[in-house]
Amino acid sequence: MTRKRIVATVAHRVAILAYVLFALFPLFWVLKISVTPNDLLYSEGVRLWPSRTVFDHFDFVIRHSDFPLFFRNSMIVSLSTAVIVTILSSLGGYAMSRFSFRGKFWIVGLMLLTQMFPLVMLIAPIFKILSPLGLTNSLSGLILVYVAFNVPFATFLMQSFFDGIPKDLEEAAMIDGATRFTAFRQIILPLTLPGMAATLGFVFTAAWSELLFALMLISGVDASTFPVGLLSFVSKFSVDFGQMMAAGVLALIPACLFFFFIQRYLVQGLTAGAVKG
Amino acid sequence: MASIDITDVRKAYGAVKILHGVDLTIQDGEFVVLVGPSGCGKSTLLRMIAGLEDISAGEIKIGGKRVNELDPKDRDIAMVFQSYALYPHMTVAGNMSYSLRLRKTAKEKIAAAISGAAEKLSLTPLMERRPKALSGGQRQRVAMGRAIVRKPKAFLFDEPLSNLDARLREHMRGEIKKLHQDLGATSIYVTHDQIEAMTLADRIVAMNAGVVQQVGSPLDLYDRPANLFVAGFMGSPAMNMFEGTYRATDGAPRIELGQGISVPLAGPAPTAEGTKVTLGIRPEHVLVGRELPGGFEARIDLVEPTGFGTILHASAFGSDVKAFSLERGLAERGDTVHVAFPVERIHVFDTATGARIG
Ligand SMILES: Nc1ncnc2c1ncn2[C@@H]1O[C@H](COP(=O)(O)OP(=O)(O)OP(=O)(O)O)[C@@H](O)[C@H]1O
Ligand SMILES: [Mg+2]
Repeated sequence: MTRKRIVATVAHRVAILAYVLFALFPLFWVLKISVTPNDLLYSEGVRLWPSRTVFDHFDFVIRHSDFPLFFRNSMIVSLSTAVIVTILSSLGGYAMSRFSFRGKFWIVGLMLLTQMFPLVMLIAPIFKILSPLGLTNSLSGLILVYVAFNVPFATFLMQSFFDGIPKDLEEAAMIDGATRFTAFRQIILPLTLPGMAATLGFVFTAAWSELLFALMLISGVDASTFPVGLLSFVSKFSVDFGQMMAAGVLALIPACLFFFFIQRYLVQGLTAGAVKG
Repeated sequence: MASIDITDVRKAYGAVKILHGVDLTIQDGEFVVLVGPSGCGKSTLLRMIAGLEDISAGEIKIGGKRVNELDPKDRDIAMVFQSYALYPHMTVAGNMSYSLRLRKTAKEKIAAAISGAAEKLSLTPLMERRPKALSGGQRQRVAMGRAIVRKPKAFLFDEPLSNLDARLREHMRGEIKKLHQDLGATSIYVTHDQIEAMTLADRIVAMNAGVVQQVGSPLDLYDRPANLFVAGFMGSPAMNMFEGTYRATDGAPRIELGQGISVPLAGPAPTAEGTKVTLGIRPEHVLVGRELPGGFEARIDLVEPTGFGTILHASAFGSDVKAFSLERGLAERGDTVHVAFPVERIHVFDTATGARIG
């Protein structure tokens, strides 16, 4: 290796390290505060690690707050949204990728259009629509709204994954005796798993951390999701940082687990060997 | 096995017409090769037979039964793609058995069928591998295997060997020929490769711009091309073509090529005195020598030894003449030699219509 290459490599690694530190630091701080006793919170404000750690905050959050309820609600909403959106966008993306049909241009245009408005603008009309249907203050209402807002983008995402799979494969399957749907299910879907995992993960995290609609459409504790619940640690007179951060740490767990389970599908290269030599 | 009848088949994408009425009958067990320049509609025709492309007009029958409205799965044909299109998430055995599994064939029957096919194609040691762990040639054989495990009515091949290197291509060409002799299956084979077309075909169909130019045995097309297109397309190095004028008034039919050169013909051509005609002669039929009766003077511009023979490029009567000879050292660059066109080897085409007239 020449001197120049070494310098470049080192600079590269340092830049990555700096980025990783920058990105992870807030998470570290959340963790740190969640184990800091209340009496040390301000006195040892800027120390990297408190002189004494306690798990009182976790204990309180799990046993004496509504947090488990929020957590359950968030789980239901995020998982349902992710699954429904992934199914719909797989079917839609396949159609977009493989067929040309009348009105395709306009449908794509409309879907893009929905992505252009700031969500705040839409809250009032959506509330107005959902309220007479009894869908405000309910998890189903929230799922409905999340699905509607995630489907267009997820469809484009899935379309790009389908575009990457050679048409020859399903044509070969159809000649082998499959209907188009069988070919889709047995040949194309297994090859799109990385794409579906990415979509699932993307939509899950989006729904998991969504605050605006959750705040506006839900007013009771029963149907609150966890981001809304986090706000309940802010009272009129004080903010209980320790408990808030403990709740935050707990909320990170499902997202981490989720990605842990889908990461093997995220690795590329499933289609290797399909075509040519 | 079955015959295939194609009657006045047309294809248009919107206003763009791709096939302009193709008529073709393929006998049971026949091996037909489609050749033509890129974009002439060979793949389109093949895909219409397979059911992957709608038929804009006309009729296709397989085994006497109209299939225009049938889905690919109901046509009972097998196809080998240029890209092979192997299912990457299935093993070689899985790829080969897929069509049988879809048909709910009994397990023992499937096992027998795929092991038979694997034997034929020397794939037996590879059955548990995935396509990505195979070489290009092995993938190609799996694609063939997938086609032969079930006994379809016909095989369609779309340039199946074009991704292989020359040596492997030659080998697989032989394998395909043997396979066809074994199975006697009706086959339609699309290729760019002259040699593949000549060696494999019972009959060649030469296409250009969506129109069938000539149908016949390989030697038919080579020896008696029906028009200028087929004459120029078949054969490598390509046929020499010289434009000239037809003369026959004095009872000696000939073609005047300019610069006072005229080439006598074996007999009168069915055309009028003074018609613009094109004289064609294959390079291997051009005689080259120091002194030839009835020859013209030519200067050698370029000598290309191919090992197998020698290609000579000469200029005579203001045109380039290519000659191919098995002899070596016939002439050097810069030599002045004689070239001659033996009268029985000359093809005559009407320049305006392109049709063969003698
Ligand atoms: N979906 C389509 N829309 C419009 N034109 C098309 C479409 N598919 C193919 N074509 C046109 O049809 C013509 C014939 O294509 P085809 O693939 O049959 O050619 P080919 O003879 O197989 O050529 P090659 O030897 O390069 O494979 C081409 O000019 C191509 O541009
Ligand atoms: Mg083609």
